[in-house]
Amino acid sequence: MELPVLNISPAAASGGGCDSHACGSTGDQLGHLPEHIRAKVHNHPCYSEQAHHYFARMHVAVAPACNIQCHYCNRKYDCSNESRPGVVSEVLTPAQAVKKVMVVAANIPQMTVLGIAGPGDPLANPERTFATFRELSKKAPDIKLCVSTNGLALPESIDELCRHNIDHVTLTINCVDPDVGAKIYPWVFWKNKRITGREGAAILIAQQQKGLEMLTARGILVKVNSVMIPGINDEHLVEVSKVVKAKGAFLHNVMPLIAEPEHGTFYGLMGQPGPTHEALQKLQDACAGDMNMMRHCRQCRADAVGMLGEDRGQEFTLDKIEDMEIDYPAAMVKRAEVHAQIARELEIKELARTAKTELVAISGLKQDKAKTRPVLMAVATKGGGVINEHFGHASEFLIYEASEFGVRFIGHRKTIPYCEGGDTCGDGESALDVTIRELSGCEVVLCSKVGYEPWGPLEAAGIQPNGEHAMEAIEDAVLAVYAEMDAAGKLAAKPVVQQKAA
Amino acid sequence: MAFEILSTCVNCYACEPLCPNQAIYQASPHFLIDPDKCTECIGDYLDAQCGSICPIEGAILDELGRELNPPGSLTGISPALLARYQAAVEATYQAALEAKTA
Repeated sequence: MELPVLNISPAAASGGGCDSHACGSTGDQLGHLPEHIRAKVHNHPCYSEQAHHYFARMHVAVAPACNIQCHYCNRKYDCSNESRPGVVSEVLTPAQAVKKVMVVAANIPQMTVLGIAGPGDPLANPERTFATFRELSKKAPDIKLCVSTNGLALPESIDELCRHNIDHVTLTINCVDPDVGAKIYPWVFWKNKRITGREGAAILIAQQQKGLEMLTARGILVKVNSVMIPGINDEHLVEVSKVVKAKGAFLHNVMPLIAEPEHGTFYGLMGQPGPTHEALQKLQDACAGDMNMMRHCRQCRADAVGMLGEDRGQEFTLDKIEDMEIDYPAAMVKRAEVHAQIARELEIKELARTAKTELVAISGLKQDKAKTRPVLMAVATKGGGVINEHFGHASEFLIYEASEFGVRFIGHRKTIPYCEGGDTCGDGESALDVTIRELSGCEVVLCSKVGYEPWGPLEAAGIQPNGEHAMEAIEDAVLAVYAEMDAAGKLAAKPVVQQKAA
Repeated sequence: MAFEILSTCVNCYACEPLCPNQAIYQASPHFLIDPDKCTECIGDYLDAQCGSICPIEGAILDELGRELNPPGSLTGISPALLARYQAAVEATYQAALEAKTA
């Protein structure tokens, strides 16, 4: 059985991040865009799925003030071991932020984008946010600037945003209905008053929509983030997707709610659950009919540094960067070389991809395929778009769906590595339970190696471990396993209980 | 007549630019209000500005020591639930401390 690879993007070799072949939907996502927009996103890891295998981003936490309260946010919390929006370790002054950006840019030349995302709302801190942008556009003109906002202060900030040459804005829109909003936002600060409940939510929604229209009218690319909150806005987000697309948003990123009691948030303490992986995927697919969907978001911290899958913030804390002197003109030369090299790499891979797609299309014509059911497979990789991570060392798995139409990237699932470092496994049982739970719905887990101990429990949970495709390209391996399953008669309309086939 | 900021302040800066009297200033370990300058916004705004944007319940008191934003008023988390949460956080912290010294 031969199948096309859907949403193909080139493999990566630059290390870090999740570095998969097709982590998202690049082909669909960027293919239809006009050239001037492609030029804006080709090296932005949060806008282009392909770019996130090659380019890094950083956030600087210069914006602690906020003008609204969200039920998934706790402004008191700060933990260096946590990765979620709104959390930071140290708030920086604009001068400290500029220094940090230049140090990181010199040390991580793949870093192309500087975003201000909090920990509060950047536009509720206009002086600190714009002072940072102003300095950076002078001192580091080769860095893209972008901003992420709740939208309340967006209309009044548009002129200033345009002055700083910001051509990407991320807008968090969780609803377009004030009744839904009242369950997400307890208050907003508006025209010198705190306004609670439905009235406050209605003001926020109106400002978001107005801001979205103003941004797209000026040609600024807008990504809309939505937090999926089961029972609150999950069904409503399909409507949100339609509305924001109609107003010109370029990409929709539906993210799962993160809510644990220990975060001390309203949702966390009230026991509001986040969505299951299946429910999230279903909603993303439902929205995808109307909109470009982003599936590679890692919901990073407001001070994250590095590729999307990683956070190197600890290497660039204030005390560490204090004494570093950066020769930025020299760094810019090196950065330009690195960027040119990545561009060449992408060009070569694009040519190979085109050739491969044509081949598959021709051989596909000869196929007389029977109807087979889709299968989810988990993949352990540490980069390069190949299966090259031990099962026990993986801290996240990429999830792919193989079907009669081909293979596509679905998302990622984080876990605790079964063997926390080291090659010998000790008391790893609880970590294995977590992994098995996280991989629910997957029928195969592909990795470079998998130990004897986890094999049995994985099989018992209906997840077939497979170490036979080590160092193979992810899509090729997923398709090969899918073909094997088909040949073994396992792809009839209903799932068959897994047996040891590999 | 003046407000006071307590140590539960998280230094988010939100109040500082809103004060019509520039009475709020950054200090260590947290922002403070100059009692000679604070007018509780009387004559300027219907609602005290710092108290209207502060995200932390109980962090600002009025001249009589009353909380401008009492527990539960901003987050919707009931004081009883909040107390249980704080007790759990404290217990976890103590356990970690004991494990470290043991």
